[in-house]
Amino acid sequence: MILASTLTTNLSILVLAGFIGFVVISKVPNTLHTPLMSGTNAIHGIVLLGGLLIVGLSGNDAFNKVILVIAIAFGTINIVGGFLVTDRMLEMFKSKPKPPPDAGDGNGEAGDGKGGAS
Amino acid sequence: MSFLQNQNFLDVLYIIAFALFIQGLRGLSGPTTAVRGNRIAAVGMVIAVIATLLNRNEGNWGLIVLGVALGAAIGVPAARQVKMTAMPQMVALFNGVGGGAVFLISWGEFRLTHGFAHTATYITVSSLFAAIVGSVSFWGSNIAFGKLQEIIPGRPISFGSAQQIVNLVLLLLAIAAGADIAAGDHSEAIFIGLLVSAALLGNAVVLPIGGADMPVVISMLNAFTGLSAAATGIALNNPALIVAGMIVGASGSILTNLMAVAMNRSIPAIIAGGFGGGGAVAGAEGAGEHAGTVRSTTAADAAIQLAYSNRVVIVPGYGMAVAQAQHAVRELTKELEKRGVEVSYAIHPVAGRMPGHMNVLLAEADVPYDQLKEMEEANPEFQRTDVSLVIGANDVTNPAAKNTPSSPIYGMPILEVSDSHSVIVIKRSMNPGFAGIENELYYDPKTEMLFGDAKSAVSEITAELAQI
Repeated sequence: MILASTLTTNLSILVLAGFIGFVVISKVPNTLHTPLMSGTNAIHGIVLLGGLLIVGLSGNDAFNKVILVIAIAFGTINIVGGFLVTDRMLEMFKSKPKPPPDAGDGNGEAGDGKGGAS
Repeated sequence: MSFLQNQNFLDVLYIIAFALFIQGLRGLSGPTTAVRGNRIAAVGMVIAVIATLLNRNEGNWGLIVLGVALGAAIGVPAARQVKMTAMPQMVALFNGVGGGAVFLISWGEFRLTHGFAHTATYITVSSLFAAIVGSVSFWGSNIAFGKLQEIIPGRPISFGSAQQIVNLVLLLLAIAAGADIAAGDHSEAIFIGLLVSAALLGNAVVLPIGGADMPVVISMLNAFTGLSAAATGIALNNPALIVAGMIVGASGSILTNLMAVAMNRSIPAIIAGGFGGGGAVAGAEGAGEHAGTVRSTTAADAAIQLAYSNRVVIVPGYGMAVAQAQHAVRELTKELEKRGVEVSYAIHPVAGRMPGHMNVLLAEADVPYDQLKEMEEANPEFQRTDVSLVIGANDVTNPAAKNTPSSPIYGMPILEVSDSHSVIVIKRSMNPGFAGIENELYYDPKTEMLFGDAKSAVSEITAELAQI
């Protein structure tokens, strides 16, 4: 069996993901562009994984530990904050039936549990 | 339990994670599926994080817990408390934080591998790319945040004609430092030099950009952060990072392009900076053409005019956000609807300070989604509109964009409010808008100006309406 190199495999993933991204994002209406941006904020919080992987390797000195903890904190802010705030916004768009505006908060909290778990 | 650390198993988890991201974003194609979509993406994120934690780990759990706890302690209250009017700042800040994480990770990797010694060249190059773009995004986003939060003046700050040269030199410095490291220099000083050049570049790119161009800048920085995350994914051989980063990159690029088109400006022209200068000159020319008079009206007259209309279109702009007038506007709408007036909202793509900003504010005030009309949908309907009520919007309604080839905004798609039977503009004063361009609409005989703060003016109209 011939295996593609890691580089070419990853480049293929990169290019295909770019095309899929364009198709999927093109379908998002103007009205939802702000939640789209905060949602993508949450998704690029995935750099957290990079921090988790490197902090787990041996040989990090004290300075490295400090910058990696900051990186992990930054990634977490993105993920938790991004998903939460997007959830808050989208609940507002959804509110078709007419409960008092406060009902949005209750639903927001349901989403919070999930965000917090990450 | 050993299968938990099998690389294939972990990769399957990553694949599930990015599939959930894509599925989640598909949900954003409409308001009814969007909430679920966002939660699906969040589940994907949880899976990706779990997969990463299952990786072989030399036992720095304490640091991981510390970092996550810090992040959650900052992120959760920020997300819960932020006002909808402050969303542009929030998104700018989140962009910056993401870029910051990327360049810090890259720096950590550099130090851990003793300057990318014994590292495959493509990994080195991806990490360096991530470091440069992440640093540009971090600093650029923080400047954008500062401008939106009005910590830094919103007007363009620049080196004038030397701006492009400064930017180019900084970019070349960062690339040169990167090339040196890729060629085998292991000196950390060079790496720090790369980060600093990129940081200065981030400052130099965003400082000259004025408030009204912010939707473009925020979208662009969003794309940068995504691309830097994708590069980190290549360096770390992590498919979830690659896919997620690339999708964010695509999203940011699409939005950047949409915003630039909606302002009829090229992206390079915006990055080259300074709307204010060119606009002011043309504004002076424009002023001569309009010897026409401006007619002002009162809240009581405006209320009568609105009450006896069949169809009213509200055109919100940044002024509505600044005055936090969205709830007052919603009250006015309700009052009009009680009288059988058909009300809708026409929203220009660049109204406000970020893509979709007006929609979020109106959704917060409980305006039904189907009353929000995008520009293409709204424009043909102005002809059968009795009153267009412009609240804190300016350049996006300026007919000069259609009629005056010498205007700096000529060719920019606008909301054609001057097609409606009459227009009421709520505005603080006759000061021109951000672009410094005189608005012909205000001199149109169909137009009446209601001077005042958006919130109090709208509330006054509502109060007058209640008495009719």
